[in-house]
This record gives sequence, structure tokens and C-alpha cells, in this order.
Amino acid sequence: MIVFERVDKCYGDKPVLREVSLTVRQGEVVVICGPSGSGKSTLIKCVNALEPFQSGTIRIGEAVLGRGSLDARALRRRVGMVFQHFELYPHLDVMENLCLAQRTVLGRSRPAAEERASALLDRVGLRDKRSAMPAQLSGGQQQRIAIARALALDPEVMLFDEPTSALDPEMVNEVLDVMTGLAREGMTMMVVTHEMGFARRVADRVVFMEDGAIVEDCATDVFFGDPGTLSQRAQRFLSKVLPH
Amino acid sequence: MNYAWDWGLVLREPYAGWLIAGVAWTLALSAAGWALALILALPVALLRVLGSPAIRWLAGFYVSVFRNIPLILQMFVWFFVVPELMPRDLGLWVKRDMPQPEFTTAVVALGMYTSGRLAELFRSGIDAVPRGQVSAALACGLTRAQAYQYVILPQAFRIILAPLTSEFLSIVKNSSIALTIGVVELTAESRQIEDMTFHGFEAFGAATLIYVVIAFGLDRMAARLRPSALAVRT
Amino acid sequence: MNALWDNAAFLVEGLALSLGLTAIGVLGGLSLGTALAALRLFGGRAGGAVVDVYVFAFRAVPLILVIFWFYFMVPLILGRPVGAFASAVVAFVLFEAAYYSEIIRGGLASVRPGQMNAALACGMSHLAALRYVVLPQAFRAMMPVFLTQAIVLFQDTSLVFVVSLHDFLTAASIVANRAGRLVETYLLACLVYYLVCLGATAAVARMRRSAP
Repeated sequence: MIVFERVDKCYGDKPVLREVSLTVRQGEVVVICGPSGSGKSTLIKCVNALEPFQSGTIRIGEAVLGRGSLDARALRRRVGMVFQHFELYPHLDVMENLCLAQRTVLGRSRPAAEERASALLDRVGLRDKRSAMPAQLSGGQQQRIAIARALALDPEVMLFDEPTSALDPEMVNEVLDVMTGLAREGMTMMVVTHEMGFARRVADRVVFMEDGAIVEDCATDVFFGDPGTLSQRAQRFLSKVLPH
Repeated sequence: MNYAWDWGLVLREPYAGWLIAGVAWTLALSAAGWALALILALPVALLRVLGSPAIRWLAGFYVSVFRNIPLILQMFVWFFVVPELMPRDLGLWVKRDMPQPEFTTAVVALGMYTSGRLAELFRSGIDAVPRGQVSAALACGLTRAQAYQYVILPQAFRIILAPLTSEFLSIVKNSSIALTIGVVELTAESRQIEDMTFHGFEAFGAATLIYVVIAFGLDRMAARLRPSALAVRT
Repeated sequence: MNALWDNAAFLVEGLALSLGLTAIGVLGGLSLGTALAALRLFGGRAGGAVVDVYVFAFRAVPLILVIFWFYFMVPLILGRPVGAFASAVVAFVLFEAAYYSEIIRGGLASVRPGQMNAALACGMSHLAALRYVVLPQAFRAMMPVFLTQAIVLFQDTSLVFVVSLHDFLTAASIVANRAGRLVETYLLACLVYYLVCLGATAAVARMRRSAP
């Protein structure tokens, strides 16, 4: 579904991704973790062409990023993304947030867009918030709306960039529950997160990054069940983020 | 101080009529200049944010020229210099046949000057919208143009609404500079009344009162339009 | 170009007058503006209201009208002619004071209230808290705005044209008409104002960067 081949990226002369190669199969859930500044967010932002890169290729289904030009918009409507700081549009109410891209990008009629939006609001458990403004919602509610907004375009892949790290602890689970439900339905997902509990329960694979390079890429049960086989750096990271 | 007060003066003809004509010219200058400034400022601001480096530099130069030269001098340049630099026939037409030459020139000068200030204001509004909003809109598949149309500009517009009203007050005040090229607007009328009657307190007092009323109205409007009053917070 | 060379001294004198008026306006406006801001802070309700009216009135009215006001009023009050320069100085100082007092108010408001509370909690007096904690922070926030306002004032001094005071613009206009060289003279004047303001703006920007 998604294949990175030797992707390099730098800001000026500072490398942020070094020869990253990675494959995510259809229906797979891959958690990407690592210390801050290791290039995790940059990596997933490359998938929907929000971040350009200098060499290598990324294939998403039939589309190839990196060789010549590509219709980034056509790609983005197939790839949904959820941001750390939600990024709901503060001047629009919840329903308008969910309908804007459906109408401008997919050209759906207002009733069709609202029907889809209502179904998604049911699904994230926020049916009664359809006419609320984002500022009136808690962080957890905003992030669930943001997930619904991304799903409204019926994406084939969902990207999550630290979706819970701006939330108060008591709101983390309501967001993770929605994500877990998505994974169970077979959505292909790339998730940057420090929530190791979520990774252990839901992920098929865990990727550990440091300094722009992938240091570990292994099945979840190996990553958590057999840490002796991991690199020193990954072990040190795990010992910091896992509860003792 | 030896002064014969006569507050009734400004309510009598011909002076009352002069003041009313002055207000009309002041408002006409401000409105026409404002329209021109708005038309020019939005594209300049967008080019400054979105253009290639060369375009951004050009748009920045535009803003810096209009902001770093006194408006009175800009009036003189539009009035005395620009017609000389035009093709001969056009220059002659501007000097001899253009309708309302002083007013038209003043509107152009005022509008161009204000467009530099507004472009800067629009840009600051766009910059004040959090960066993630562009990414979020692009991630949903919107084009960059759509992202600005539906997501960034509506938010930026709310942020600058209140400062925009104080910019309008600025253009009302700045329109007084048009008197230096012969437009007899409110300040010029009050000066004429003082000249004719030597009743400066009453003449300038009446003009001051009218400006204060305009400013007060705009001030009330700005208070209503502040983002906190609109309950749109991020 | 010769006409400009022949009148160079006249133009430079005009520029000196513009810069001098700017300096007096900044110093006088800053002093009176500080007094107004203090009156607003410590003058109780009445003091605050007086300052509010003063600031609102000066901000509502075009500077040209203010210049006309004092050109007419100062000799009348003093009972003798004082010349355009003195009345222009009075007009600029009073006008700038309104703006400077607002800048000072904004600077003080930009310091978070927690800072005042923290200083009081350490046992400082109100005045000490202002002097050692609030004012130093506020001053840093205000400094660039002060300078930007000075650049605006430098441009505004050109308005003394309306009372025929020989500042740089008026000097340029006299030379332009006397020599019949409007195009060159006015364009030169544009260049001078542009370069002075741009240089000063760049200096402010550098200061803003070096003092975060």
C-alpha cells in the first residue's frame, strides 16, 4: 500500500530523513516511535506530500511521489491526516468543518455531505455537537471531530501525527478508542505516538526512529516481547516510555 | 485673552454650508480612497505571502515605498510629477481635461498610500492564523487557493476587522492632506472660515467636533468587531 | 541637477529642521506621555477620565487640524506673535504625547499580571514591583514601538508645510518651483525620506532581533 524507498530529506544541510525504506501493507497498523526530533512527524507528512523530500520515492498504491510531478491533491483525498493540535477551523462549526472538503474537493452536494458527516459524528459519539463551535469543545472532542473530518473523504490510508500528545490525560482514551475501532475495521494506518499501550494492543508493527533513520522495524510482539533482540538505543527508549 | 465668542457663527450661512460641503468631500475622499486601497491591498498581501522570492520582494518593495514617504509628498508627486512622466498626450489630458483633477489625484494618492498600510495589515492577519491550518486544509485535499479562500482568509479577516476600522479612521484623517493640492475638505473649510472671520475657536472647534463624532462611531464599531467580542477564539 | 546642487545648503537646513522637530517631538511627547500614563495609573477615576478624553480627542483629529489650531491659538493665548516654529513644537508635543501615553499603557498591559503578583508575594511594595519587575519588562516591549512612532513623526513633520515652516519638504517645494525643476526635486525628496525611514526601520528591526 505504502512503500518508502531510500527517502532522503534535509533542511538546508541538516538531514532530517536518511535513506528511509519502509513498507506498509493494506490493512496494516504501523506505529512510529522515537525520541523527539527523530523525524517521525516529517516521515508521515511526506506520505501526503505536505513535506517535500530530496531523493528516493514513496509509492502510495499506484501513485509515486518523488519522480517528476504528481497531483498532490488527488493523493491527499485518498490519505486522511490527523494533527497533534487538531487544527479544526475555528471560524466554522462542527458540521461545516466536516463538510468543507467534501464539498470543495469531492464536489458532494450539501445534503450528501451532511449525511456522511452525521454518520461520522455518530461513529465518534458526538452527534449532539453538530452545531457547536470548536472552541466550545474539549480537546478530546476536538480530536474526535478532526478524525471524523479526515474520514469524511473516505480515505484509504489514515495518518496520525501524535494525536493524543496535546490532550489532558483523561481525554486520551476516548481518542484512542476511536482509533482502535478504525484499526479493527481494517483501515491502513500510520501512527506517530508515544502511547505504547496502544501500540501493543493495536499495532501490527512498530518502527523505531532516531536521527532521521529507521533503527528498528519489527512485529509488535517482537518489539515488546523480546526486547533483548533490539538495539541499545531502542531498549533505552522503551525503558523510558514504558511503565515499570 | 481678548476674544469675542460667537458660537452661532458656524450654524449660520454661508459657514454652515461650507462645513457641510467639507464633510461631504472628506467622506467622498475617504470612501473612494478606501475602495482603491482595498482592491490593491489584498493581492499585494497574498503575493507577499505566497509569491516566489522575487515576487515577494517586489510586493515588499511596494509596501515599503508607500509607507516610507510622507503622504503629503506622495500627493505632490501624483499631482506635479506623474503627469510629466506620462506619454505626452495622456499627461496633457490629466493636466487639462481630467474631471475633478485635484479630487481624482488625491483619491489616487490616498488610495495607493493606504493600500501599502492595508497590505501590511492583511499580511499580519494571515500570519496570525496558526500554520497548522494550512497543512490541515491541504491534507484534506484542498488546493492552496481553496485553503486560503475557505480557511485562512476568513480567519485572518476576523483578526483584522477591529484594526481595519481604525485604518478607516486613519484614511479619514489623512484625507485632510488633500487640502495641500487644493481639495477643500473639512479641515480646509474650517481654515477658510477662520481666515474670513478670525473666529478660529468656533471654526476649528466645529471641525474637531465632526471628526470626533466620526472617530467615536468607528470606535464603537471596532469594539463590537474585536475577535473576543465575536467569540471566535482558537 | 545643477539647480539641486546650488540649493543643497537650503535643502540640508530644511532636513535639519525636520530632524530637530522630530527630536523635540519625541522627547517632549515622551515626557508628557509618561506623565499622562502615570496620571492614568495613579490618578484615580477622574485622572483616568481626563487622560482618556485627551487621548481620544488627539487621536480623532487630523494632525493638520491640530497644527492649524495651535498656529491660531498659541499667539492668541500669549498675546503676541510667536512664529510658526514655536506653535508647531507645541502642536507636535501635545499630539505625540497622546500616542506615547497609549504606547506606554500597552507596554504595561503586555506584562502578565502574574508578574506583579509574584513581586508582591515576595514582599515588594507596589512601587518597587513596578520599578524592578514590571517596568523593565514593559520598557523592552515598548522600545521598538517608540522608535516606529518616531519614524512616523519624522514623516509627519512634513505637514508643517501648511504653515510655511521651512522643513525639508517645504524647502524642496520652494526649490522645485523657483528652479522650475519639479520632477527632479520631488523625486529627490522622495528618495531622501525613503532612505532615512528605511534605514531607521532596519535599525529598529535589528534591535528587535537582538533583544528578544
